[in-house]
Parts: sequence; structure tokens; C-alpha cells
Amino acid sequence: MATVTLNDVRKRFGTTQVIHGVDIDIAEGEFIVIVGPSGCGKSTLLRMVAGLETVTEGEVRINGERVNDKEPMDRDIAMVFQNYALYPHMSVFDNMAYGLKIAKTPRTEIAERVQVAAKLLQLEPYLQRKPRELSGGQRQRVAMGRAIVRKPAVFLFDEPLSNLDAKLRVQMRLEIKQLQRELGVTALYVTHDQVEAMTLADRMVVMNAGRADQIGAPLDVYAHPQTEFVAGFIGSPPTNFLDAAVLGGQGARLGIRPEHVHPGPAGSGRITARVLDAEALGAETLIHTRLPSGELLTVRQNGTTGCPGEGEEIGLDWADADEMRFGPDGRRI
Amino acid sequence: MSRSPRSGMVENRGLGLWLTHAGLILGVAFIFFPIWLAFVASTVSQPEIVHPPMPLVPGDQFFENYRKALVAGVNAPVALMLLNSGVMAIGIAVGKIIISLLSAFAIVYFRFPFRRVFFWLIFLTLMLPVEVRIVPTYEVVAGFGMLNSYSGLILPLIASATATFLFRQFFMTVPDELAEAARVDGARPMQFFWDILLPMSRTNIAALFVILFIYGWNQYLWPLLITTDPSMNTIVMGIKQMFPSGDDIADWPVIMATSILAMLPPVVVVIGMQRLFIRGLVESEK
Ligand SMILES: Nc1ncnc2c1ncn2[C@@H]1O[C@H](COP(=O)(O)OP(=O)(O)OP(=O)(O)O)[C@@H](O)[C@H]1O
Ligand SMILES: [Mg+2]
Repeated sequence: MATVTLNDVRKRFGTTQVIHGVDIDIAEGEFIVIVGPSGCGKSTLLRMVAGLETVTEGEVRINGERVNDKEPMDRDIAMVFQNYALYPHMSVFDNMAYGLKIAKTPRTEIAERVQVAAKLLQLEPYLQRKPRELSGGQRQRVAMGRAIVRKPAVFLFDEPLSNLDAKLRVQMRLEIKQLQRELGVTALYVTHDQVEAMTLADRMVVMNAGRADQIGAPLDVYAHPQTEFVAGFIGSPPTNFLDAAVLGGQGARLGIRPEHVHPGPAGSGRITARVLDAEALGAETLIHTRLPSGELLTVRQNGTTGCPGEGEEIGLDWADADEMRFGPDGRRI
Repeated sequence: MSRSPRSGMVENRGLGLWLTHAGLILGVAFIFFPIWLAFVASTVSQPEIVHPPMPLVPGDQFFENYRKALVAGVNAPVALMLLNSGVMAIGIAVGKIIISLLSAFAIVYFRFPFRRVFFWLIFLTLMLPVEVRIVPTYEVVAGFGMLNSYSGLILPLIASATATFLFRQFFMTVPDELAEAARVDGARPMQFFWDILLPMSRTNIAALFVILFIYGWNQYLWPLLITTDPSMNTIVMGIKQMFPSGDDIADWPVIMATSILAMLPPVVVVIGMQRLFIRGLVESEK
């Protein structure tokens, strides 16, 4: 268990700046998820914590100690890679034991630790198999096992579930969460999947083009996005954005989540819109509309509520409290 | 798909199969015939060879001829030449593999000054086979006093751009994450090389060993140049030296026995390594 602190961390590859100063304070045993679109620098940030990438500027501290110049093995971390990176010619047992062997751990202790990890991950029947003789989910577990046996202070995950099918992903997600809780190890988890982020995180870090736009508990981030980017990235279907000038009030842009918009008869509410299409998904219905200004707006309503037909005009209303207004720089007002 | 076994399709395929086999057998016979002649010649007596027609079935002198070749030979006993060839071929193959593994490892996994320069230097040596640089190489080897020695036979032939390239290509297909995982596990570069890269390359190593062993075994010009002492002769040049010069009478059965013996080690290596090679191919996965 350990704390991890990033102090104004920056990264340049040659002349291109990829990370523009990130500050994060991670408490002991906390599960932090870094989420953001492709190319925003999530992996780069994680790899700087791992020590696989040099830190251009700023400081990475693990347990208060500056680790910028330390080799990965001396940082007391373990990492799970997206493609698992299992050693193909070694058995599952040897894959998990390799790090311990290098650390010259006594043989009996290695066997014991691997057994414990294998039991935890239900890998006992497969210890003598080679990675290619395992299913994707089992390989994923071996990669986890390799991280666990080392008893690291920090787990680092780089999109560990993205190679699995949807169902397995849900199952493994739960397992990872449970495991992390059981072991109490601080975890830093990178994903571009907001569902993973919402369900796993104690706190999540929403990254946007090399900056941490917002750091906070998932529901808090969802309810109170600090920037237009966060409001648009977190939530599905995404937040509607309107030109604030059309409706009056301050700010440049107005964001309103689909579930906060209530449809009514034409002429009622704040604004009138024409229905383009209605998607009935069973539990909920998504109504796509076009405003007189030409902007599109999606409404999300309960699946049992009657839904207007295509081309019909409806009135849209929402509570003042649900409005999110953003300045011209994208920051929340 | 179900089809009656007597349908035309199957019969056609049957016929095609026979034709294919007949063609292949003919091809094998064509290639194999000279070798068969050599074998027959190595089992008969000298008078039987020189009197036409040439015998086509083995005679009764097998043990006599081969014993004579192995222990006496013409200039040097064939057993000794086989040993020399074996040492040279294995030395070249193993040396080339070690050198090229290490240089490919350096080029792929390390960033050092003038990396590209070194890469292109290695590349350039492709254009300088032994025959081209034979005079300066001879100078150097003679200067080091390595004439008539195993090191003189082996060392100048060891540097290998081809093998370096092959390993470089292979290393580049190994995912970076594997090296990173090893780094996180605490492996030092050479530990990564030994524990992970080397075992993963075993298929390539086996294939290369076969090729390089035969390359080394078949070296002719270089051994001819630097071995003057018959006890250092290799088998391939030894055969040539058995040929009569001037009015000498050639002992053809012994020469033929020597040729057959010279063919055996490469065959053994190919067959022996083939099993390992194919097993490696079937098992290998990145
Ligand atoms: N070695 C490198 N050299 C130069 N640029 C790099 C290098 N590695 C990454 N980048 C750049 O840094 C940016 C961030 O890359 P990174 O891999 O961190 O993205 P990511 O958020 O993990 O994306 P994804 O979700 O697709 O994995 C990208 O624009 C990428 O092109
Ligand atoms: Mg990434």
C-alpha cells in the first residue's frame, strides 16, 4: 500500500508536448481510474508512473519518495498490459514466478506465493500450461497473477480488459475491483471506457489532450462537470450543447443532459423542437429532435412513457438546476 | 460434402495423385542417380570401375574401401578430415549465431551513438563475401599466425550480416510490452536476453544452424588457402586433393567412399534438426 503523487508532471516527445502538467494525489488503497479519449496521453502518464517513460518535467512520488530516476523494479509497482505481455515460452507458473526468481526469493516462498495467487484467481488447474493454451480471460488472470505475486505497493493497469468480449469484460471488471479491495493495494487504472471508469473508480481523472480536466468521485464528476469536455465525455448518450445566446443567460454554451429534458406538448416548456427520430430501447426511449436554430438535442425518457411520432413538434423543458453553463474557454461558470 | 466414392471427381484426383507421385519419384531418381553411382563406385574394386560398363549394383568391397578411406585416405585419413570439417562447420555456425544474436539484440533494443552507422556497416559486409576479401583476410590471418589452425579456419568466416538481419527482423516482431514486462519484473537487459529472447528465438536458431552448418561444411576456397598441413585439411578440399595429378592412378573407390562420407554429416544435421525445427514451428507463438 502506498500513496502516489504527481506534481506538475509534463512529458515531451522531442518537441511535441503530450502531457501538459498533471497533478494528482492518490491516497493509500485508493482506486484511481484515468479516462479519456484515444491519444489524450493516458498511457503515457501511466508509463511515467511505472518508470517505462522518462518524466520530462515535474515529479512522481511513491510513498513520498521521489522516483523519477528509479528503474521500474525499484518503484515497488506492478503493471498489467493491454496485450497481457505474457512470456510465451514459459508456463503460467513460471510467468508468475519470473519476477520473484529475479529477486532471488527462496524457492519455497515462490511456490507458496504463486499458489496463493493462483487460488485467488482460479488459475490452479492451469499452472503448467503455456499462455497460448489459455483463453483470453485466463490470460488476463495470469497477467493479474503476475502482478499480485510481487506484492507491489501500486498496481498499474493499462486498458487490461479491452481485448475481452463484452460479457467477460463485465465479469473481470468486478473481479478486479474485488481483488483490489481484498488486497488493499493502491491502483491506477487507464481506460477509455467510461462505464469501466464509473464502476471501478474511487476517484476518476478525466483527461483531455494531456491535461487532467477534472478529478473526482465518478458520480460527482457526472453531476458537476467542470468543463464542457467532461460534460460531453462522461454520460451516455452525451450531454446536449446549445448556444447559450438563444435562450439567454450567461455563458457561451449551455449543456443539458438528455435525462434532464422533459418533453411536453408543442408550445409548452422553454423551447419547441421537431422530432427527427425516436429510438425505443425498452427500458428507455431516446428522442432525437432538431431545434429551430438547427441544433440537435436528445431527450431520454422512461420506456413506458408514450413517445411522439416523427415530424411532430414538442415542447422541451428542464429545471434551472440541471443547466450547465460554460464560458468561452470551456470552463464551467 | 458427400459424394459417391466412384464419382469422376475422386477418380480424377486418384489419377492426379498417381501422376504427381510418378513425377516426384522420377525427379528424386534423377537427382539421386549420381549419388547412387558414387555409392556403387565406393563398394567395388578399382579394376571394376575403370572397365566399362560401369557397375550399377553395389559390390562386395564396402568395408574394405571405407576402412581404407577412414584410416588411411590419400593425403590424410578421412576420419581426421571429417573431424576438421566438423570443428570448422560447428565453429562457424555457433560463432555466427552467437555474434549475430548479440549484434541484433544491441541494434534492436539499445539506443547508442552511431547506431545507424553500425547498422549500415553490418549491412555493407553483405557485399564483401569471403572471396572478395580473401587476400587481405589471408594477410591478417597469416599475421596473427593462424595458418593451419582451427581459429584461422573459423574466425574470418564468423561475422554474418545475413544472420544478424534475420534475428533483427525476428526481434522487431517481439512486442515491446514483453521487454517492458521483463523490466517491471526486474530483469536486467542480459537477463531478458537469456530468459526470454533466446528461448523465443530457438526456432530461428535451429533453422540458422542448419543453414550455417552446411555453409561452413562446404567451404572450399578458404581452407584450401590457409591449410598447407594435410592434418588440417577439411574434407571438401580433401576430396579435390585426392584427384590424381599427372600420371598418378586415382584410387576411385576410396575417393568415392570419401565423397559419400563427406555427404553424411550435413544430412544428419538436416534430419536431426528438422525434427527440432518443425516442433519449434508448431509450438512457436509470439
Ligand atoms: N514514443 C512516442 N513518441 C512520440 N509520440 C508519442 C510516443 N508515445 C506516444 N506519443 C504520442 O503521445 C500522445 C498520447 O499517447 P498515449 O499512448 O498516452 O495515448 P492514450 O491516451 O493512451 O491513447 P489510447 O487510448 O489510444 O491508448 C499521442 O498523441 C501519441 O501520438
Ligand atoms: Mg493507451
